[in-house]
Amino acid sequence: MGSKKFLLGIFGDEDVLLEGVPAIREKGVKIYDVFTPFPIHGLDTAMGLRESKLHIAGFIYGITGTSIALGFMTWANSVDWKVNFGGKPFWSWPAYIPITFELTVLMASAGMVATFMYLCRLAPGVQKHIMDLRQTDDKMVVAIEIDEHTDVNNLTNILKSSGAEEVNTKVIDDWYRYKIA
Amino acid sequence: MSFKESALREPLVEGNKSYKDVTNDITNSIFGTPTKGWFVVFALSVALLLYGAFCVTWFVYYGIGTWGSNKTVGWAWDITNFVWWIGIGHAGTLISAILLLFRQKWRTGVNRAAEAMTIFAVMCAGMFPVLHMGRVWMGFFILPYPNTRGPLWPNFVSPLLWDVFAISTYFSVSLMFWYTGLIPDIATIRDRAKKIWQQKFYGALSFGWTGSAKHWQRHESLSLVLAGLSTPLVLSVHTIVSFDFATSVIPGWHTTIFPPYFVAGAVFSGFAMVQTLMLMTRKLLRLEEYITLSHIDSMNRIITLTGSIVGCAYLTELFTAWYSGALYEQYAFMNRALGPYWWSYWGMMLCNVVSPQLFWSKKLRTSIFWTFFLSIVVNIGMWFERFVIIVTSLHRDYLPSSWNMFSPTWVDIGFYLGTFGLFFTLYLLFAKYFPVIAVAEIKHVLKTTGNTPAREAELKAIMDKAAAVDAA
Repeated sequence: MGSKKFLLGIFGDEDVLLEGVPAIREKGVKIYDVFTPFPIHGLDTAMGLRESKLHIAGFIYGITGTSIALGFMTWANSVDWKVNFGGKPFWSWPAYIPITFELTVLMASAGMVATFMYLCRLAPGVQKHIMDLRQTDDKMVVAIEIDEHTDVNNLTNILKSSGAEEVNTKVIDDWYRYKIA
Repeated sequence: MSFKESALREPLVEGNKSYKDVTNDITNSIFGTPTKGWFVVFALSVALLLYGAFCVTWFVYYGIGTWGSNKTVGWAWDITNFVWWIGIGHAGTLISAILLLFRQKWRTGVNRAAEAMTIFAVMCAGMFPVLHMGRVWMGFFILPYPNTRGPLWPNFVSPLLWDVFAISTYFSVSLMFWYTGLIPDIATIRDRAKKIWQQKFYGALSFGWTGSAKHWQRHESLSLVLAGLSTPLVLSVHTIVSFDFATSVIPGWHTTIFPPYFVAGAVFSGFAMVQTLMLMTRKLLRLEEYITLSHIDSMNRIITLTGSIVGCAYLTELFTAWYSGALYEQYAFMNRALGPYWWSYWGMMLCNVVSPQLFWSKKLRTSIFWTFFLSIVVNIGMWFERFVIIVTSLHRDYLPSSWNMFSPTWVDIGFYLGTFGLFFTLYLLFAKYFPVIAVAEIKHVLKTTGNTPAREAELKAIMDKAAAVDAA
């Protein structure tokens, strides 16, 4: 039930991987995902991934923080409870700058981190299937989903000719099971 | 894509490492049992922490009348220690945010531990103002929540409230920045762990990280924006702390130079503390190939720069006091230098103005002994600076009949020692159970900045060419 099968091309060098990934895709092979132990710049474009829009979300969260801070302090000091400080204006906006700034930064950061966690499905205790334990150490793993109709030999050759050091098969039986540590 | 780094630059990682070596070197200490030295220092730290907890319990029960603070010197050791710790908590985010934006690649060796240090230092700092409230169980009154007293809102135009927002934001953002960076490294540990508890513990903390390309792409985007946000944030924190003083009408505090002067001082003391801890960490965990002399040299340069800014600020303050013609301002500075607390003023001058200038010598800058010694001297100096600013400005106010001296009680001292206990307990736990060096980030820069044979060959070619030009 919910079983998935993958062919894994194991790469040992980032530059080989960056040339290998487009070569694999040119042969019409659909790459499921690439797992790497560290960020490799240019891998996303090589895989044809869309650009991340996370920073746009960050901007929206930031603007929300700005509005909440300014709006709330304006309302509290000039509508809800006016306090006369030696005849100074109730709406003394320059003095609102520090808190407005802090809340902007806080909401932008917290919102972005939460969005990042949600999009990547990361949370305390979540366990996901690991294709190859070396993918968090020193190897880059190109995973290609296969089924009984796939020509595995041909695919293995493509992976090898693109620079894969070894090619393994990985069967994951309970793909949809959500695991908790 | 890796971009070209000149072979003339000193390698950031020595010893021609492979990715696997990096993983093993950094994670090995996590899997082994702690060394005897670690247990000794840890026991000492916990003892200090417990003593601090005892002192805190004591003064929360009996009231802060047990402190040495008095009617004239209302802010004393508490605020001195608060500003001191918060200053120390400035280097981590500076290293991880500002140096990231400036593309200073050497930051990768030290950023993780420095960020951890930042978070622990801010925790220590936060305890002082919160406990200074006296009735600490009413601390939540500073938050703008709908209450039954009106609702009565906190004073949004007061620098003390700005501080609440600045420090809590700084702590939260630094923590998020640090932890999102740690997640991939914790996953690396999780996949190497042999013992069941380690698999469970690191498994839960790794949040299910797999290293998927899309996740890395988002992770990079997140890190860059967080760095961009943290850059003004780190500058704002000590600026706002300085507003606590600068917006008052106390001679010696009421100066516009405070924000840049405080920020420079904070970076100065923060880097000094990073040096103190890094020199010990690299030795104890045998990470000399990752935290090299070139890293230490770079940080010493920053110490010299910020130390010089601080020195300039001291002299500017003196000049401005004289030039202002304001009698009380002039007296405040005369009293600092020649009054009963002269020793703290000259201690500050010696430690902060003179000592960092020694680092113009490359020999001292790359000497482990001198770096360690001066890093401690700098932090003593920065403690004196806060003491000078706070206590000597307050102890002789406008009314000579209320002039007073301050001396700390055993409770003050115990509380301060207790924060050292807290800081080192947390740091030692971190250094033992988490990667002190950003594993993924080191691997990311390894090919371009590591000590590879290709790089050696290139360096040799450059040197040969230079020799040929010299000969011609």
